[in-house]
Amino acid sequence: MATLFQGLGALTSLSPSNSKRSLLSSRRSLSERKAGIFVVRSDARANQTGARKHDLLITNAVATKEGSSVASTSKPGHELLLFEALREGLEEEMERDPNVCVMGEDVGHYGGSYKVTKDLANKFGDLRVLDTPIAENAFTGMGIGAAMTGLRPVIEGMNMGFLLLAFNQISNNCGMLHYTSGGQFKIPVVIRGPGGVGRQLGAEHSQRLESYFQSIPGIQMVACSTPYNAKGLMKAAIRSDNPVILFEHVLLYNLKERIPDEEYVLSLEEAEMVRPGEHVTILTYSRMRYHVMQAAKTLVNKGYDPEVIDIRSLKPFDLHTIGNSVKKTHRVLIVEECMRTGGIGASLTAAISENFNDYLDAPIVCLSSQDVPTPYAGPLEEMTVVQPAQIVTAVEQLCQ
Amino acid sequence: MALSRLASSSSSSSSTVGSKFLKPLTAAFSLRRSISSDSNPITIETSVPFTAHNCDPPSRSVETSTAELHSFFRQMATMRRMEIAADSLYKAKLIRGFCHLYDGQEAVAIGMEAGITKKDAIITAYRDHCTFLGRGGTLLEIFSELMGRVDGCSKGKGGSMHFYRKETNFYGGHGIVGAQVPLGCGVAFAQKYSKDEAVTFALYGDGAANQGQLFEALNIAALWDLPAILVCENNHYGMGTAEWRAAKSPAYYKRGDYVPGLKVDGMDVLAVKQACKFAKEHALKNGPIILEMDTYRYHGHSMSDPGSTYRTRDEISGVRQERDPLERVRKLLVSHEVATEKELKDMEKEVRKEVDEAIAKAKESSMPDPSDLYKNIYVKGYGVEAFGVDRKEVRVTLP
Repeated sequence: MATLFQGLGALTSLSPSNSKRSLLSSRRSLSERKAGIFVVRSDARANQTGARKHDLLITNAVATKEGSSVASTSKPGHELLLFEALREGLEEEMERDPNVCVMGEDVGHYGGSYKVTKDLANKFGDLRVLDTPIAENAFTGMGIGAAMTGLRPVIEGMNMGFLLLAFNQISNNCGMLHYTSGGQFKIPVVIRGPGGVGRQLGAEHSQRLESYFQSIPGIQMVACSTPYNAKGLMKAAIRSDNPVILFEHVLLYNLKERIPDEEYVLSLEEAEMVRPGEHVTILTYSRMRYHVMQAAKTLVNKGYDPEVIDIRSLKPFDLHTIGNSVKKTHRVLIVEECMRTGGIGASLTAAISENFNDYLDAPIVCLSSQDVPTPYAGPLEEMTVVQPAQIVTAVEQLCQ
Repeated sequence: MALSRLASSSSSSSSTVGSKFLKPLTAAFSLRRSISSDSNPITIETSVPFTAHNCDPPSRSVETSTAELHSFFRQMATMRRMEIAADSLYKAKLIRGFCHLYDGQEAVAIGMEAGITKKDAIITAYRDHCTFLGRGGTLLEIFSELMGRVDGCSKGKGGSMHFYRKETNFYGGHGIVGAQVPLGCGVAFAQKYSKDEAVTFALYGDGAANQGQLFEALNIAALWDLPAILVCENNHYGMGTAEWRAAKSPAYYKRGDYVPGLKVDGMDVLAVKQACKFAKEHALKNGPIILEMDTYRYHGHSMSDPGSTYRTRDEISGVRQERDPLERVRKLLVSHEVATEKELKDMEKEVRKEVDEAIAKAKESSMPDPSDLYKNIYVKGYGVEAFGVDRKEVRVTLP
């Protein structure tokens, strides 16, 4: 499931225009410190996108089929876990821009409940990595107020579910202030935290807030699923002038992957092609991506060729990538972790039906979690989320 | 209610001579009184002493000047006239939705402005028309926004409860009760982070004083030593509920517990000025402080509330006769012989004309274009194209 670069050889000659930028963590091998960033589009064309603040960004995700040949790269990258990738992204952005600060419960001296902010307080000080009391409504509001003046806070909810206490601040102040002030104030906050089902944490700690937040106008929502896109999305979210909610998943923090040494920033609005295919489009995000890939192995053995897309951007949907896929395969299966009622899958089903109805050979199938509070017992918890076997069955039915 | 006791400075004799001298001049300039021409300092005592909690109250003697008193009168008259005009506009259905009027409470907005600079930030709730005016907003912007026109300060998309002015650090204008206090503490945090040497005044009402997020924010502000000043504009009624029916302890200035507090006569513009100056000095050194402004609103909570079902008309007229902030300044000006009754009446007429002109101009302003519905939802990113819901294959940029 590692995503790799294609065809980098020709592109590494782009000008390093950022010699004055302070740099990357000490993990990077110094020989590769080129400071050049390059753009690779998913169809392997390469060009430079417009620069903002003298930076060039990789704005498009790249993915290859597993086992396909990869043009030789001179940079092998470094291996790390997903939470370390998040930390790397956060650290790089904090070094780059002194306005970036982190606030949340236990993010400072404790190092973060999932170690995403470990050692950042020692490096940047207490004023930039702030331990807040347990007052989500207040510190989310404070982050938003600080953002109105130009700071770029990264607000961490120890568990996404706790941010329900700050729903008013997120909905009314975060999402709507840019609009109601007639464009005077922008709110460049990042709200992040782990959510999702797993680890038997019980009903209140296994919530999927993307379904509640998706209607709020003015925010963007992204979900990361691999160390590569976690770091890229974290950086993009911090650089974005809009409020971004970054959904992480409790079970994915220990995923290991090799990511590039160079700096890269992913596009917040683009979906990731995980596995190109011909027979059916499977749309998924976050943890369900791994269940889908597991099911994909079984499906391939059975002779099916599923196309798997990690939608990554939950608001707005990347209907361009999704649409191209639907036009190719004519069948759609959505696998998500939200509940059946009012989840991301429900919205995505509606969006695809509205826009691509003529291209569908079969009704859209959406596999979601059951509409129940997540129980504690292990087998029951497994039953609430979609399992690979169900995905295989659904594809078989869809492709009849 | 006793008038402010006059303890004039030693320049009083010169001021009486000066005022005799000034009268013919002022008669000549009656159409356009330049306030900066007469600026004799005066020291006036507030009518009621400050009550303090966990701190030493500031002195009752307030330094001011004749020019400042003039400007107080003019601004208050403008605010009063503006709110009454908004009342008529609402009844004429030119202003829709919610309209919360501030008349009676003008002294708080004006006294605060006199005690601070435009670098300091103010954030308030939905009763924000006068606060916006005090922060440098124009009458045209106010009336246009109230009527939903494109020349409004929020381009017609905010309405009465969403006035903002970034240049002078006015952070709004918020509809949800109490939600602006954490925002205000966040602004104070940013001021500390950027070492601005400025403070933030987060205003809220007696109704909002019972919100939990207030205490959460106060705790964080005190913990992190933020230059935040929480100002409770206590007009004694949270919409229709009197303060004694909503709060077990209506001593809002004491509610901070470990945070010092000051109770101020909010109808006395000089007391408000003194308190805000004191609070700013305190906050820059010692962290948050709570100010409770004892004030009163003549209108109901909003235009749909007559304001007389939960309080007697006698009470309202009583406050109007004895504590009205505009009348207080008028009496000060007259008794100090800085201006005559006639000059002040003329000033009020000028103000009325200004307000009427602004309304007429605002009425001519156009409604927002339909395409404005989709503007300012997102800030355009770094040229990255987005793939929103579009019916073509082309990539679109987010609106």
